[in-house]
Amino acid sequence: MTGDLPGFADVVIVGAGPAGLAAAAELKARGVGSVLVLEREAQAGGIPRHCGHSPFGMREFHRLLRGPAYAARLLARAQAAGALVKTGVTVTALHPGSGLSVASAGGLRQITARRVLLCTGVRESTRAARLIGGTKPGGVLSTGALQGMVHLQALRPFRNPVVLGTELVSFSALLTCRHLGIRPAAMIEPGPRVTARRPAGLLPRLQGVPLLRNTSITAIEGRDRVTGVSLQTADGARRRLACDGVIVTGGFRPEAALVRDSHLTMDPATGGPVVDQFGRCSDPAYFAAGNLLRPVETAGWSWNEGRIIGRAIAESLGDEVPDFAQNMKIELQGDVLKYILPQTLSACPAPAALRHFQLRVTRPARGRLILRVNGEVVLSRALSALPERRITLPLNALPAGAEGVAELSFEDGPA
Amino acid sequence: MPAAPSALQGSFDVAVIGAGVIGCAIARRFTLEGARVAVIEKAPDILDGASKGNSAILHTGFDAPPGALETACIAEGYAEYLEIHDKLGLPLIRAGALVVAWTEEEEALLPALIQQARDNGVADIAPLSAAETRALEPGLGAGVRAGFRVPREYLIDPWSAPHAYLLQALANGATLLRGCEVTGGGFDGAMWRLETTRGPLSAGIVINAAGLYGDRIDARLIGHSDFTIRPRKGQFIVYDKPAAALATHILLPVPSKITKGIVVCRTAFGNLIVGPTAEDQDDRETAALVPETLAALRARGEEILPALAGQDVTAIYAGLRPASEFKDYQIRAHAGLNYVTVGAIRSTGLSSALGTARHVHRLCAEFGHQRTPLGAPVWPQVTGISEYARRDWQCPGNGGIVCHCERVTRREIEAALSGPLAAQSLAGLKRRTRVTMGRCQGFYCSAALAALTKGRLTQPMAEAEDDR
Repeated sequence: MTGDLPGFADVVIVGAGPAGLAAAAELKARGVGSVLVLEREAQAGGIPRHCGHSPFGMREFHRLLRGPAYAARLLARAQAAGALVKTGVTVTALHPGSGLSVASAGGLRQITARRVLLCTGVRESTRAARLIGGTKPGGVLSTGALQGMVHLQALRPFRNPVVLGTELVSFSALLTCRHLGIRPAAMIEPGPRVTARRPAGLLPRLQGVPLLRNTSITAIEGRDRVTGVSLQTADGARRRLACDGVIVTGGFRPEAALVRDSHLTMDPATGGPVVDQFGRCSDPAYFAAGNLLRPVETAGWSWNEGRIIGRAIAESLGDEVPDFAQNMKIELQGDVLKYILPQTLSACPAPAALRHFQLRVTRPARGRLILRVNGEVVLSRALSALPERRITLPLNALPAGAEGVAELSFEDGPA
Repeated sequence: MPAAPSALQGSFDVAVIGAGVIGCAIARRFTLEGARVAVIEKAPDILDGASKGNSAILHTGFDAPPGALETACIAEGYAEYLEIHDKLGLPLIRAGALVVAWTEEEEALLPALIQQARDNGVADIAPLSAAETRALEPGLGAGVRAGFRVPREYLIDPWSAPHAYLLQALANGATLLRGCEVTGGGFDGAMWRLETTRGPLSAGIVINAAGLYGDRIDARLIGHSDFTIRPRKGQFIVYDKPAAALATHILLPVPSKITKGIVVCRTAFGNLIVGPTAEDQDDRETAALVPETLAALRARGEEILPALAGQDVTAIYAGLRPASEFKDYQIRAHAGLNYVTVGAIRSTGLSSALGTARHVHRLCAEFGHQRTPLGAPVWPQVTGISEYARRDWQCPGNGGIVCHCERVTRREIEAALSGPLAAQSLAGLKRRTRVTMGRCQGFYCSAALAALTKGRLTQPMAEAEDDR
């Protein structure tokens, strides 16, 4: 309820997923006075709340946990550290200099803070965004929606769906289907290979689910409920497959509507805000961490990012990290490199929070990564990478104190 | 619950078949004029046919055929909407339209189109040069040759309007029978007896507003139809809210003989749409989305507004227009049968509905239909779901936001699931509240919504774990 919401906090964190809760615990551990976490859902914990499977928590708690237990521990740790976590509170607008408009059952109000950390996470892309044809019956869901129904509400939306996609989350969807007796009719991958790393790719065989590669869904059929899908293979062959649902998985993108509607600078490549090596946005009162920064990393990765960016925020409150003074922008050349993070580097002697650049490629790539500063090659490194797989490059690949524009390019060829 | 098929559902002055926007407006008109009205809808919820997918524009009728019945109905419907929208809580976004000529041929058609607008009583129009057109909409793509502005073309909400019409009818004594299909019937010279899947009912007058099935209802009840429905599909792309900043006006192309063409405009929900296509088909049930067509629509949208490239697609939808072999509406009173066909409302139904209803009411005077109009009718207010007005999430006591993208509150959902016009399908709930219609399409709120609607929809979103 908004009645007991404080009107001020030293740090307000937007989003109580792994990144936000980790940052809250870290900020309190570093002696920050008041830390307020605002979560729009009824329950804190973020995506792991509805991932009813392992493995979560190895890095954070040194044990194997299922998603809901992991989420509960993250919350308990943040609260035990002294952070105030409020659920059912939606931040509706970000104002320059860290004022927030928030809405809850009690209506609208304003909160001010010295720093704001945005941790609003990611969501999967939709059937509409993918322009999948056919009708619009009930039973076309994202993995997130399916898992919420199954794990949070014990509701079964279908019995024999198809799973579209082969990212890590697609296999999470397969695992969810094992609950409540849901038996997928097929797993469908438009590309030639499974996107996720092994051993996830072995799951369909273990569950007896046919894996159809080089296959697209051209149409969804059914009026009230899904009755089938039309499939087309890369060679043009078409067929129909009976099913009663479609799980449209992956294709993650930051849930960045709040940032996009604000004064903060967005990066069209990541779909999140532009940040520097401290996770700091174009307004120095704002920081961002976790999957809002880019699609998509594991809960553990996001948790760690929340922790280290939380530390940077604590230091910025003590003036150890000076205000934003961007002196280098990293630009991507060509269309193989999908995004890079951080997108800018600030001139600052303090140790970086994000010590690596994070990269992704748009297609399978084998060749060399070349980094130029003001036209001069400062790094040339072999790269062999697949889409949706993590690629990192140490921040110190850039010479200390460099200014201007850094350009990162990829050249096909022998690695 | 469906009544036993044998139970008489009642006796009415007027039975309206079909609860699309036309049927809802007719039910309201006759109720206000003092008639006891039954609205019969075969789908579990209203607005399930042609009325579920349109471009949500309140047209002046500037480009309608001069002298046509359609044109007269639009003018009358437009005027009444302006008169009543505030009293019913309905939105009106005074966007204005800009007709843009992109080719030499289109430019050559502009003077005739402006003259046609004037003939239709839409006089506040002046031709614009390319520079003047672009000054009004700086986001327009290359190749604008000329245009003209139609200041009184407005944006409305395609769903709260018909809901409000029917709600007002219900609040003043009308009866709604949903999940009720008319299977046959006959007129005995004084009264109609209609057979339905929910039992028989009797009515003094029958009005066929069955939209995509109008010709079939005619055949079933009066033995023949004067027209044949030829469904015309229209596909649309809905862009996410930032795209709404790209254009102020409703951007209209120069219309062809067949269609008004691809429109780009904001919506009352704060999005931007591009559509519709015009594709003739035989199927009356299925409006299938076609990826290639959607891609072409997207490309056309980006020609009109180049900044649309890179904007996110929030939703895709397709509607079916009940066109026929005739250009004009097919509205006919069948003398001696106390029966009116309101057919082939091929387009513009949302704009003309209130006027069409008045026209139909006048036709029924021929049957000696004369009642005393209600002295002080009830004016129920619908919940405002326009993005351009105050929303429930901004008000205390809303129960919290359930659908985050569209900011739909628990109180709004509860309201839509109760009352005389309670939503009975997820689609119906969407139309009343916008729930799940935003950029995440239910990623965040489907689980909460499935729990909230459990046991309350004819087609549940999910089954409970134990219903094996």
